[in-house]
Amino acid sequence: MGRRLLHAMNRWLAATIFAASLAPVTAGAAEPIKIGFGMALTGGLAGNGKAALVAMQIWAEEMNAKGGLLGRPVQLVYYDDQTNPAQVPGIYTKLLDVDKVDLVISGYGTNLQAPAMPVIMPRGMVFIGLFGLAVNDQFHYDRFFQIQPNGENAKISSIEGFFAAAMTAKPTPKTVAIVGADAEYPKVATEGAREIVQKLGLKIVYDRSYPPTTVDYTPIVRAIQATGPDVVYLASYPPDSAGMVRAVHEVGLKTTVFGGGLIGLQFAALKQQLGEMLNGIICYDLYAPSPTMNFPGITEFLTKYQPRAKAEGADQLGFYLPPFAYAAMQVLGQAVETTKGLDQGKIAQYIHATTFKTVVGDIKFATNGEWAKARIIFVQYRGIAGNDLDQFKKPGVEVIVAPDEFRTGDVEAPYTDIRH
Amino acid sequence: MGVSLDLLLGAVVAGVLLGGFYAAVSVGIAISFGMLDIVNIAHPAFIILGSYAAYIVNSSFGLDPVVTAIVMLPVFFVLGAAVYEIYYAVFERRGDEALRGLAFFFGLLFIVEVALILVFGVDYRFVEARYIGPTLHYGPIDLPLRMLVPFAVSILLMAGLQLYLSRTFTGRAIMAVSQDRLALQLMSASPAKIKRIAFGISIATAALAGAFLIIIQPVEPSIGRDYIGRVFAITVLGGLGSFPGMLAAAVLLGVVESITATFYGPSWSPAVAFGVLLLTLAFRPSGIMGRR
Repeated sequence: MGRRLLHAMNRWLAATIFAASLAPVTAGAAEPIKIGFGMALTGGLAGNGKAALVAMQIWAEEMNAKGGLLGRPVQLVYYDDQTNPAQVPGIYTKLLDVDKVDLVISGYGTNLQAPAMPVIMPRGMVFIGLFGLAVNDQFHYDRFFQIQPNGENAKISSIEGFFAAAMTAKPTPKTVAIVGADAEYPKVATEGAREIVQKLGLKIVYDRSYPPTTVDYTPIVRAIQATGPDVVYLASYPPDSAGMVRAVHEVGLKTTVFGGGLIGLQFAALKQQLGEMLNGIICYDLYAPSPTMNFPGITEFLTKYQPRAKAEGADQLGFYLPPFAYAAMQVLGQAVETTKGLDQGKIAQYIHATTFKTVVGDIKFATNGEWAKARIIFVQYRGIAGNDLDQFKKPGVEVIVAPDEFRTGDVEAPYTDIRH
Repeated sequence: MGVSLDLLLGAVVAGVLLGGFYAAVSVGIAISFGMLDIVNIAHPAFIILGSYAAYIVNSSFGLDPVVTAIVMLPVFFVLGAAVYEIYYAVFERRGDEALRGLAFFFGLLFIVEVALILVFGVDYRFVEARYIGPTLHYGPIDLPLRMLVPFAVSILLMAGLQLYLSRTFTGRAIMAVSQDRLALQLMSASPAKIKRIAFGISIATAALAGAFLIIIQPVEPSIGRDYIGRVFAITVLGGLGSFPGMLAAAVLLGVVESITATFYGPSWSPAVAFGVLLLTLAFRPSGIMGRR
């Protein structure tokens, strides 16, 4: 009896030790893969920041429903950067050194990506940028990737479509006014505009910037009007995009082509607010409902995104950043799964070498991390009546005038007549 | 750029209209800081609260934002009086108003902002009114109704407040509390009660200022921070305790910003405007119409 009991205890003890040796492996496999980022959830860019977050949450939930990444659940760890660049280094230091996230992704906007680079680079992390203009031009970091389809020469390729479209207007433009906010993105954009304008041989008759806290934009528009430009190129953030468009209408700007890089016109809130005032403006965009942009998965994503965004107070249309935020997660997820690990060097190599099939179409990155081929579209708003949002879901309200690959119509000019 | 008379006239008119709006935004600080020595950093947050009040009523019932603000005046007055009661009980009565009182208002600023974000989200909000969009044209002068209506109502507000302060007992008591608190007590008027009424009026003006703001530009919860520097600068430039001075300062700042933006570049506007402030204070430290 004693010997049997001893044998039983030995077997029990051996089984316990064996099970305990398995426990760390089991617990490790159940630990989530943490993806960390700062995001503009308050402040001037929060409208898009919140929309991006909804898209990323949809991706994470879909991944977890399928079993996660590498068999581990995905967990998003994020902090509000308040659209304040000064917050960004601290946020990413905390994410990497305290929260010990496995992967990082950027916040939204040029201003909020550049400050993260000095934190990311020494740690060798892969960093996908959510919409920034020429962020990597100064850093030359080989593990940086940009999800906005700016192309290799981001400063030029994100703008040249506007001038290509403008030059088709009749009469052919000869003079240009360039105006932008005193902020990172507009500074880079107006620099690019100057380079293109010089190559085209156009004369710059107005070239100034304004503080983002400007209240009344009518003096600026009057000053522009006084120079009689054929083309007015504006690079602006959402509040000043709205202010300038209103001022253009109040002053009655007379010009052949007006538009450029007005951030904000892509958002549901501003589309609804400005309504008919958008007619005639040629502005950059990334996606417009049209037969030429019917990518696999985009309809399913928007069907999932739109009701959820409405409930959470985010951009209700989701045509601008959300599909690309989702695509960024698709790229990161695929790279992790295919390389079967979290080795940042291998992930970066894989992303450089691969053409990804995403909800925004095929994505292939160039050596500097930008898209190998730019895909910024320029749309001209037409036939908008009232402030109803549903009209923007139909093709024809945003006519794609550049590039040729996605074009659905020709430029109508002059702007002075079209805007009515 | 050469000086065109039409352009100059347009810039001056735009600046005057802008100044009217600045006056409405600053009048609350002119009362709380200029007369009561209360550094209410949170005043722009109350203005944003006024904007959202106008937004809710406008989007739900289609009521005009200015009318909404007038209806909301008593609500904001009560709110202001309540805030002062807390401030007085916790800080002023104990002599802690200097630094701790300032911290109180900073905290209030962020609480209001975060509360608005939680309730409304971060999208820009706007209102609809018949006068948003149309412009009156008189030769070289453009008068966007979006700026003209707030200007006109602001002038009425200033006139009404000035009459109240100069012609009523309570109004004169408010002026007196800023000059000689002890003398006021000897007149059987409670300084705390008078300051409560005055602070209530100060916050009530935020309801109107908020309506003007959301008429002029789309609003989101954090936009109030852009106005903190401006409102205090205008109050100081005009002279503490002087309504006409504050109005003159607001118009001066508006005109300077507008002319600079038109002829020298908008980037220079804030620098030139604050340069004018510093120059004025260098030669007249009490402000344009402040008491020496």
